Amino acid sequence: MSAGDAALSVRDLQVHRGEAHVLEGVSFEVRPRRVTALLGRNGAGKTTTLMTILGLLEGSGSIRLYGEEILGVPTHHLVRRGIGYVPEDREVFGTLTVAENLRLAARTPEATQRLDLVHELFPDLLRRSAQRAGALSGGQQQMVAIARAILNPNRLLLIDEPSKGLAPIVVGQVVEALAKAASATTILLVDQNIRVAQRLATDAIVLDHGAVVFTGSMEDLAADADLTQRYLGVAPSSRDSNTIGKGSAR
Amino acid sequence: MIPLSSTQTRLPVDRSPGKLHPRRISVGARVGLTVILVLAALPMLDVPIPILLPGQLSSSGSLLILSIGLVFAGVAISFDVVFGYTGLLSAGHALVFALGIYATNLLMHAGLGYFSAAALAIALSGLVNTALGAIALRVKAVAFTMVTLAFGEAFYILLLVDPAGIFGGEEGLPVAFEQIPDLLASARDVRWLYWLSLAFAVVAYLLAWMATRSRCGQVWQAIRENEDRVESLGLFSYSYKLVAYAFGGVIAAAGGAVYLLVARGANPSSASVHFSLALIVMVVLGGRGRIWGAAIGGLIYGILTLRLPELSTSGVLDGLPEWASRTVSEPLVVLGFLFILIVLFFPDGIVGLVDRANSRLRTMRPRSMNENTLILPPDEPIGVDEIRTKH
Amino acid sequence: MTTLIVLTATSLGLAGLYFLLSSGLSLIFGLMDVLNVAHAAIFGLGGYAAWVVMDRFDLIDSLAARFAVATVVAVIFGCVLGYFVERTLIARNYGDHLTQILITLGLAFVMEGLIGGIFSYSPQSIAQPAWFTDVTVILGGRIPNSRILIFGISALVLVSLLFFMKKSKYGLIIRAGVENRRMVQALGIDVARSFTFVFVLGAALACLGGALGAVYFTGITPALGPNLLIFAFIVVIIGGLGSIGGTAIAAALVAFTQQIVNFYVSTGLGDIAVVGLLAAVLLLRPQGLLGRVASA
Repeated sequence: MSAGDAALSVRDLQVHRGEAHVLEGVSFEVRPRRVTALLGRNGAGKTTTLMTILGLLEGSGSIRLYGEEILGVPTHHLVRRGIGYVPEDREVFGTLTVAENLRLAARTPEATQRLDLVHELFPDLLRRSAQRAGALSGGQQQMVAIARAILNPNRLLLIDEPSKGLAPIVVGQVVEALAKAASATTILLVDQNIRVAQRLATDAIVLDHGAVVFTGSMEDLAADADLTQRYLGVAPSSRDSNTIGKGSAR
Repeated sequence: MIPLSSTQTRLPVDRSPGKLHPRRISVGARVGLTVILVLAALPMLDVPIPILLPGQLSSSGSLLILSIGLVFAGVAISFDVVFGYTGLLSAGHALVFALGIYATNLLMHAGLGYFSAAALAIALSGLVNTALGAIALRVKAVAFTMVTLAFGEAFYILLLVDPAGIFGGEEGLPVAFEQIPDLLASARDVRWLYWLSLAFAVVAYLLAWMATRSRCGQVWQAIRENEDRVESLGLFSYSYKLVAYAFGGVIAAAGGAVYLLVARGANPSSASVHFSLALIVMVVLGGRGRIWGAAIGGLIYGILTLRLPELSTSGVLDGLPEWASRTVSEPLVVLGFLFILIVLFFPDGIVGLVDRANSRLRTMRPRSMNENTLILPPDEPIGVDEIRTKH
Repeated sequence: MTTLIVLTATSLGLAGLYFLLSSGLSLIFGLMDVLNVAHAAIFGLGGYAAWVVMDRFDLIDSLAARFAVATVVAVIFGCVLGYFVERTLIARNYGDHLTQILITLGLAFVMEGLIGGIFSYSPQSIAQPAWFTDVTVILGGRIPNSRILIFGISALVLVSLLFFMKKSKYGLIIRAGVENRRMVQALGIDVARSFTFVFVLGAALACLGGALGAVYFTGITPALGPNLLIFAFIVVIIGGLGSIGGTAIAAALVAFTQQIVNFYVSTGLGDIAVVGLLAAVLLLRPQGLLGRVASA
């Protein structure tokens, strides 16, 4: 795959947070119209990577979105070029209603039509439009966070730990929603839960101590027990990965 | 939001270790001693300083102004320990200063001689201040600033309202004249008062110097730079902050005891928020985190506040329209404006300007090196070169 | 009973002033994390702006009309001043909270000194239309009309602000920004523009309050604004950062406590009481009544 094909191309990304050298020259590519999983242990630098791509953190190196250099561009400009963000811990606006959360996120003319799409995907949100987002459960808030990101026709979605802190059944629902959202766009997905990653992603990148230690297909990664044990500390189960997202109670 | 006390301030860290190169100590001490001797000799000099002072140096008017400046210098030093070194933006430091004034005065009115009253007052004020600090330090950053503001304001109102009738209310409480030692009591011969103020400033300087050079002082500066890091090193930052707060309080209270004699009374304005804020201006103007900077800031603030209003009557500004000459001679405007300039462009204050001039002078000096050439270290005990940390 | 009526009316008037003074500060602090020490001084400037119009603007004979103009002038002055201050001094230091506090501190000093230099330190009393000092009898209590007017205007402003915050897109952005500024950026919205807007709004509100305050307080001095600073902080902290409704409730709470204790217990102790309230809230319930935490 030549560089021109990549939806996102990261080269030698260096990030310091305080005195810690968190990212020590991270390079990878994200293919368009795929879900790429960004994996690694706690503290490996996954969230830092996402936040730097979005411009919330400073770094050096190169980040290209469909060929355009975006490192150093202020966050709000960047986002307007078509990046959706689902942060770790969701960060919905608790004091605003669900409808207001979505209204705030709508920044393109297409958003109004896509609102129907969103309500189709998340009928629960339609019912709770007037409720304060802070009163929603974790899973429902996650739906709001995802809805916010897909409300605009974004070229790239950065999704950070969508399954975090959620009960397994709810995780299933979230994964379902993400799977449907994935069909139209490119996703860079961070998650600790390797089964979520397996279910959704075709490509995988593994970070360890701020450097890339694996790039390739998700399948290959899952098959390599040694790799997964060493860098993720967990053994994936090919049986369990098929139960996520299927047959979960609604 | 970044907590105030751990804002990366890019201030030079005062990193001189307790042990200094012997040659360095003696130069710094030599300069200091010279300064002290010169200052002590001022009352003997019949030299007029136009504009800056109302009369000759030896006149009581001038000496009183200098005394006030010296007291302010010492109190500014005490605040520098709290704010400049430890990073605690207290908006209520005037409280303990006023406590020193009023406590000394009340004890004198109760019959104690000046020095006994002062000693007891300093101890009591220090205790009260420490107790208040123990409460205020339970919160950080802006909340801390506001709590100290609240305490300071409450005390100020208490002095004004004077429910028990002991403070003298808005007018204040004149000093108990009978209890003042003869040497300090004269309204015409104020030399001893001046020397007392000088002694206070020198003692404040020395105490602060020792404290900030100690390991405790290094921790204070570490707290200012990054409190979380200090905590993660296993140190209980609360205790260190409280020590800084208490230390600054005791010195300020002592300043109050001296100021009582200089002002010949206790007045609520010494407890005002205005004065607390003025202390901030003094320290920032002179240079945060450098003791002699705070001293300079206090001295300048004292002199400017007292002398600027004279400018409009002195004839220097006669060319300007009425409102303009009034404005320019308005201390708040001049000091506030200088303050903003300093904060925006010269965050290291006057000390920073001097350091910059110093280093530029040194690089311009011809480098004729042979063994007999003495390479003089910079004027301060702290080397400029070793200070800039990487931020 | 009549004393209670009069006390209530005066408290409501004072509450209105506190609200106008503090609502802007609450938004500025809540959204921008800027502790605007000069905010109360701006309030004072508004008072002097109104005073200048009342004193010098002889073209309009009717004092009532002149006062209306004075108020408008004060508000416009506030907008311009707020814009200028935000763009030149605050904007260059986003994120550096200590520097911002210090700058606004210096500004407060300069403002107070400027007023003192230009207008002198002696109290000036503002010329008022006769109607202001006339008294309306309500439930037996004799209440000066000015108090009613101040309360009325403040209440109107409160309702408008609430409406604006709830219904407009800008209000939405501000509410969201107060809660989580970074996430608003991550949604593609430039928060910096709302900073300027909020600062200008805050200054305008403060100046409106100052113009009305010139009527409420018998004489205005350069120190009037800065003297109220602590009360502004108290209201903001008790009410919770960024919350208009909270500020209104807190303003009423503070005004009533102050007036009642000052009247029934001892003058001055009411002030101490509310200051004590500030310390208590900061130490025990830092998020105030309805809003966000005041630190980190």
